[in-house]
Amino acid sequence: MSQNGSNKKPLNVVGKPFRKVDARAKCTGQTKFADDIVLPRMLYAKILRSHVAHALIRNIDTSKALALKGVIAVVTGRDLPIPYGILPVSQDEHALCIEKVRFIGDPVAAVAAIDEDIAFEAMNLIEVEYEQLATISSIEEALSVDEPRIHEYGDGGNIHKKVSLEFGDVEEGFKEADLVHEDIFFYEGSTHLPMEQHAAVARFDVDQKLTLWSATQTPHYVHRALAKVLPLPAAHIRVIATPNGGGFGGKSDPFNHELVVAKLAMITGRPVKITLTREEVFYCHRGRHPVLMRVKTGVKQDGAITGMHFQSFLDGGGYGSYGVASTFYTGALQTVTYEVPRYKFQGLRAFTNKPPCGPKRGHGTPQPRYALEVHLDKIAEQLKLDPAEMRRRHLVKPNSVTANYLRIGSMGLGTCIDKVVEGSGWKTKFSSWDQAKRTLAPGKGIGIACSSYICGAGLPIYWNSMPQSGVQLRLDRQGGVCVMCGSIDIGQGSDSILAYIVAEILGIDPFDIRVVTADTDLTPVDLGSYSSRVTLMTGNAAIQAAERARELLVLAVAEKLNIPIENISLADRRVFDVEHPETAVSFAEAVVLAESKFGTIGTVGSYTPPRSPGKYKGAGVGPSPAYSYSAAVAEVDVDPATGIVVVERIWIAHDIGQSINPVLVMGQVEGSVYMGLGEILMEEMAYRANRNIVHKFPSLLEYKSPTTMEMCDVKTYLVEDPDPNGPFGAKEVGQGPLLPVPPAVANAVYDAVGVRIDEVPITPDKVLKALKEKERGRSPRFGPDSVPEVAWPEPLRVLTPDEGGDGREMPRVAVHS
Amino acid sequence: MKQKAHIKFQLNGESCEVAFAPHKTLLEVLREDLALTGTKHGCELGECGTCTVLVDGRAILSCLMLGLEAEGRTVKTIEGMAQGVELHPLQETFADLGAAQCGYCSPGFLLVADELLEKNPDPSREEIKEALSGNLCRCTGYIKIYEAVELAAARKRGEEKELPHECLFGLD
Repeated sequence: MSQNGSNKKPLNVVGKPFRKVDARAKCTGQTKFADDIVLPRMLYAKILRSHVAHALIRNIDTSKALALKGVIAVVTGRDLPIPYGILPVSQDEHALCIEKVRFIGDPVAAVAAIDEDIAFEAMNLIEVEYEQLATISSIEEALSVDEPRIHEYGDGGNIHKKVSLEFGDVEEGFKEADLVHEDIFFYEGSTHLPMEQHAAVARFDVDQKLTLWSATQTPHYVHRALAKVLPLPAAHIRVIATPNGGGFGGKSDPFNHELVVAKLAMITGRPVKITLTREEVFYCHRGRHPVLMRVKTGVKQDGAITGMHFQSFLDGGGYGSYGVASTFYTGALQTVTYEVPRYKFQGLRAFTNKPPCGPKRGHGTPQPRYALEVHLDKIAEQLKLDPAEMRRRHLVKPNSVTANYLRIGSMGLGTCIDKVVEGSGWKTKFSSWDQAKRTLAPGKGIGIACSSYICGAGLPIYWNSMPQSGVQLRLDRQGGVCVMCGSIDIGQGSDSILAYIVAEILGIDPFDIRVVTADTDLTPVDLGSYSSRVTLMTGNAAIQAAERARELLVLAVAEKLNIPIENISLADRRVFDVEHPETAVSFAEAVVLAESKFGTIGTVGSYTPPRSPGKYKGAGVGPSPAYSYSAAVAEVDVDPATGIVVVERIWIAHDIGQSINPVLVMGQVEGSVYMGLGEILMEEMAYRANRNIVHKFPSLLEYKSPTTMEMCDVKTYLVEDPDPNGPFGAKEVGQGPLLPVPPAVANAVYDAVGVRIDEVPITPDKVLKALKEKERGRSPRFGPDSVPEVAWPEPLRVLTPDEGGDGREMPRVAVHS
Repeated sequence: MKQKAHIKFQLNGESCEVAFAPHKTLLEVLREDLALTGTKHGCELGECGTCTVLVDGRAILSCLMLGLEAEGRTVKTIEGMAQGVELHPLQETFADLGAAQCGYCSPGFLLVADELLEKNPDPSREEIKEALSGNLCRCTGYIKIYEAVELAAARKRGEEKELPHECLFGLD
C-alpha cells in the first residue's frame, strides 16, 4: 500500500469542505468544557497567589483558613515538594512555592471548600510572611544584575540560557557582499487570551486511582507531571483533556492548578474543581517572549544573501517553561525561506520577575520573522529592488538542506508570492521606493512579507525513541468504526481530521466514525496540540492504522467474492470490484467477513518523524518533517494627525501542501491573520509600577485585542504543493499564516507615511513620535538603538552542507594569541 | 433561616422555577443551579460577550445581571435555539462554515446574531460587525462568523443561497 495515502484513487473526503464532527455540539452548547463538569460532592479550590514579585517565604499561617466553616483542606508547597517543568532541562517550578516567589501571581497556597465563595474567603485568610528581594524587570537588568539570582541554575547570574552557533564563516560572507545592513528591533510580549479560562477537575477514586479532567493542550505531559509530583504510579493516573476553549499555546505547560486539585482530591477523597479567574489566566501566561533583536545581513546587488548574523535577547519571565526551545526557535527558521549560505545565531534568555513566557502561536518565530522581513524591506529600498521580486528571486529550493541543516521538502512560497502580488495589485500600488511614482492616496500604503513554519518538531520534548503519535482503530461487526488517538481538539479540528482520513481510506462517511481522543486510559499517546504537529503526525498514524484495517477487509472480501485483491476498492460504504462495481458487499458486511476470518478487527498506526541531518548540539530545534509557507500583502491607512493605523485588507497565500478540509484551513488562515494583526497593532503584556513588575492590565477590557471593528478584510489563497511527508501531502496551517502579518503591516506603514516602526506593537504614539523625528529631519524611525554588550561563548562551528559538512560541529580548536 | 431566593420565569419556552443564593448572577444560576452549561464565561466582568443570553428578546450579558432580575421575564439560552433536533439556520451555517472553532464563544455570538436577524432580516456586513462588536473571538478572526450570519439571513428570508466557493476554498 502506498505511503501517506497517496494511492492515486480519486479523493472522496480529503479536500472537501465537510463539517467538523463536533460542529453540531459546538453550535448547540453541548460541548463539555472543563468548567462544565460537575461531580457529586465536588469541592472548589482557590489558589492564593503572591502579591510580591520576588521574595523569600518566611512563614505561611493557614490556621484561620482551616478554621473557616466549609473549608475541607488547605495545602502549601510542603505538601507538594517535588519540582516539575515542561522541559527536562528546566524542572524549576513547584505546584505551590516553597521557599521563594518569583513573580506576582506565583502560587503559594490552596484551599478546598464546599463552595467557591467559602474557598475564596478562606484563601484570603491565609497569612504569608515575605522577605522581599530586589526585583529584575528587564533583559538589560537581568544582564547587569547577577544577585539576587531568580534561579540557582542557568548560564550564570540571571541568564537562563546562552546559545551561539555559526554555520559557515559569516564574516567571509559579509566580505563578499555589495551591501551589509544592520538593524535593531524589539517585539513586545503578548498573551494567548483564550476565551476559556483554564479549569481542571480531579477525582481520586475509592480504588486509589486518580482522574484529572483539564483544559490542556498536552494531556501526555500533564500525565507525566502528575506522576512525578504527586507522586503516583503513572498507571494509576488517567488524564482526560477536555475540548479546549482556545489554546494558542497557552495550555501547553503542565500547570500548578492541575497538580493542586489532584493533591486536594487525594487528601479529601472528594472531587475538586478549579476554574481560574481571567486575572489568573494573565498570570499563567507562557505567552510570546518580548525579544530584542539585532540582525546584520550581507547582500549582493540583486538581493542575494551572502551571510547573516542574528542575535536575540529574550525576556523569559520567572520560570523556564519552554524557554530553552523558544530561544533556539528565535534563531532556527531564518534560513528556510530565502537562501542563506552562511548563518550565525546568538541567543540569550533572561529570567525576570514577571509571569513566565513560553510558546504562543508561532513559538519563538514571529519575533525574528518580523525583524527579518522588515530588515529585508529596508535592504530592498537601498538596492532599489521591488521587495516582492527580491524575495521571489532568492527562494530556498525544494528538496534541499539549509546551512543549519534543516531539510526542506515541498516549497510553495514562489506561488504564494505570485498570488498575493497579483491579487493585491502590488505592481500598480507599490511606490517602487519613489514618491513620484506613488499611485495610492496620501496616508495609504502597501507592504509585503513572507514566512515559513514547522509541521511538528522533529524531536519529542523528552528524549525517547518512541512514536510521537499513535492511533488505534476498532471495527465492529455492525460496521461501526472507532478511531482512538491521544490528540486533543483545541478548536483547530483535530478530531475531525482523524475521521476524514479514516473515512477516506475505508470508503465510508466521516460521520459514520466515532472519534475518541485525549484520554490517557483509552487512547494511544499523541504528544499534544502544539508545534503545528497534529494533522501531519496523527494524520500519518491514522493512515497507517486505516490502511492496515483496509487490508484485512480487502483480503476477506476478495476471498468471499473470488476476485483479485488489486481489483478491490472501498467507497460509498461499499467494498467492490472496480471492474464490476455491482460485485460488492456493504462496508458492514465486509467487516463481518473480516471478523469471521481474522477475529476481532483492531489495528494500530504510529508516526515517528524522519531523522534530521543536523547532528550538532542544538540541532534538535528547527527540524520538521515539512515546512509550510505563507506570503502576505497588507494595505493600510495611516492618519498622520493621530498616528492611528487602520489595516484595511490583507491578501494572504498559504502553502498547505494539501487541504484535508479547505474550509478548516481557511478558518486557520483567517484566525492567524487576526492574531498577527492584534500583535502588530495593539496587544502587549505590559507592566508598570513598583519597578515594572505589576501587570498593567490583566483584564479582557484593557488588554487590547481586535474586535470586529478592528479586524481587517482578508483575501485568502490556498496553495497546494504536496509534501511527501504529509498525510495526503498535507502541511500545517494553524500557526504559519500569523507570521507574515506583523512585518507586512510594518512595511505598509513605511510605504504609507515614510516612518519605520521597529518596535511591535505599532501604536499611534510610536507613529507620531517617528513622524516628529521625520519632520525634524532626523531618522524617521521609532525603535531600540542598541543591544546589550554580552560575553558570548565561542560559537559552535558547523560546516554547511555546501562546504561539505556532515551536520556535526567542528572540533573546538584552542586559540593561541 | 432559609438562604435561597426563589424565582419563576420563562426559560427556553418553558416555565421554570429555581432557588439560588440571592447574590448569584444569571450566568451562575443558569450554569450552576439549572445545569445549562451552554452559556459560557470569559471574564465575569462584562468585557467579552461570551455569556450573552437573550432576555425578553434582547442580548444581555448574563454575568452582569442578577438571577433575581430574571423574575417574570423570558430568557433564551443556546440550549433553546434549536427546535428539537432541527438546528436554527444560524447554527446550521456556523456549523457548515467552521464559524465555531473552539466553540467557546459561539453560544454568545449565535444569540447576538439571533437578535440581530430578528430585528434586521437583511443586515449589511457593516451592520453585522457593529452588532457583534461586543463579543470577542480569538479563533476565527470573525470572518467565518460574518459569512455564516449572512448566509443564515438569506436562508431565513427564503432565498436559496449556496455557500460561496471563495469562503470554502479561498480565491483561485
